[in-house]
Amino acid sequence: MFNFKKTIYITKKELRSFFYSPVAYIFICIFLVALGWLFFSKFFLYNQLEMRDFFNILPIVLAFVIPSITMGLFAEEFSSGSYEVISTTSVSTLDIVIGKFFAAILFMLIALLPTIMYPLFLIFLGDLDLGPIAGGYIGSIFLISALVSIGMFASSLSKSQIVSFIIALSISVTLCLLLGLMKSITPPFLVDLIDYFSFSGRFGNIAKGILDLRDISYFIAISVVFLFLTYQNLELRKIG
Amino acid sequence: MIEVKNLTKYYGDFLAVNSINFKINKGEVVGLLGPNGAGKSTTIRMLTGYYTPSDGEIFINDISVKDEPIMIKSFIGYIPESSPLYKDMVVYDYLKFIAHIQNVPDNLIAERIDFVVEKCGLEEVIYKKVGELSKGYKQRTGLAHSIIHNPQILILDEPTSGLDPNQIIEIRELIKELGKEKTVLLSSHILSEVEATCSRVIIINRGNIVADGSTEELLKTFTDVEKFIIKVKTKDDTEKIKNLLKIENARISVADGALKEIVISLPKTNEIEETIYRKIKETDWILYEFRKEEQSLENLFKELTMEDKNV
Repeated sequence: MFNFKKTIYITKKELRSFFYSPVAYIFICIFLVALGWLFFSKFFLYNQLEMRDFFNILPIVLAFVIPSITMGLFAEEFSSGSYEVISTTSVSTLDIVIGKFFAAILFMLIALLPTIMYPLFLIFLGDLDLGPIAGGYIGSIFLISALVSIGMFASSLSKSQIVSFIIALSISVTLCLLLGLMKSITPPFLVDLIDYFSFSGRFGNIAKGILDLRDISYFIAISVVFLFLTYQNLELRKIG
Repeated sequence: MIEVKNLTKYYGDFLAVNSINFKINKGEVVGLLGPNGAGKSTTIRMLTGYYTPSDGEIFINDISVKDEPIMIKSFIGYIPESSPLYKDMVVYDYLKFIAHIQNVPDNLIAERIDFVVEKCGLEEVIYKKVGELSKGYKQRTGLAHSIIHNPQILILDEPTSGLDPNQIIEIRELIKELGKEKTVLLSSHILSEVEATCSRVIIINRGNIVADGSTEELLKTFTDVEKFIIKVKTKDDTEKIKNLLKIENARISVADGALKEIVISLPKTNEIEETIYRKIKETDWILYEFRKEEQSLENLFKELTMEDKNV
């Protein structure tokens, strides 16, 4: 059913095809500029040497950029027909889903990697607490995995990349931004519920430097749920 | 080798494939022939595991596709219509990737790639991106994709669609070549293609098999029937014409127009031309044309797959 070796081949292939097109490099540039600008535009106002704000912004930026990376994962293959080619070779649907999932996560981590420069620079400015920063980066992996799985699910719904993008964007922005904004206008008994589901809330804890297993497992659970839905969706396509 | 039992496929309420049965033996080169929308691609997609049948079973090497979908796929080399391969990959990388996921052992991969590149004539384009290839080369790459893991069965959906005449001939030659060692099932809506490459034809129309047999066999059954086309000028109506020409076992159809076109098909009988001629002579019709239609697979196909609009 699940063949790890084949999954890795698919991951490699997908990751390479991200970098085959110039879009990947443009994407990474825009991503880094947006993130850097949003972070440093406020950084000097507080006169505090920490990256908490960086990790507060991160979910919002990711909610906008990950759908653009994941939208093509299946939608493009459906519309070009290459999905038929790959799915009739001896790989299972699960190999394909997991392979693509890993590839998109790795791509996002590569895009995020240059931001390591920030703490490296900040160290020279003063006494920087590296614990929360390390925690933040570890937490980011799980945040990215949840958002990627949502994007993949959206991509498996449609032949159109635009439709996939909009679906993924709606879900991710709701979870990463809207729920947080809604908190002030929600009746108090619902606030806990919002806190439970809100990505920004969950990741806020991580940004503070609290790497809570409950938050991590929430992101893992979201990933598993959407990967499962993607898988089901692909299996349903066989019925025609 | 391939056995299909009561294979049925519904798309919602639409019946695309209606409980078909056939068996393909080892080494046969079979053409699945039918007009567009007849259910060829649907049948092929069920054989290759891309679609799940609504009903019925498929056995490949006596193993049910339902039970061992992944294992079955490794027996089959399949390429869909117009070879939708990954456009951004270089041919060599693409073949290597496919070899990996098709279980070709690592130490044999280079050898297999060399083999398929030579067999499919891809030497010139090996370092080009798939998306930059001409249709002919793309199709060759598709064929290379389908044989890289040395499968026993080759399934090709419209392998020559969209190619120019020279490329068509090249691809046909290649398929013939591959057919020497493999069981091949190819679909087509072009008769000459099936006639040229296949030893056996399955004709499918509206989801049903309407004919199945060797190319010669089919032609023979068909040539037992004769068809005459008569064009006359007359004021008589269809009913009257049919009555005047009444011949035992014959099927008569009349098409209106400035001249009435009468088509008579009937089992081969001696001197039937004379009978028809005498009958016409008795009328006041003016005869413009009286000919016997040439027999070919083309006509058989037309006969089997077209609605008889004139009757």
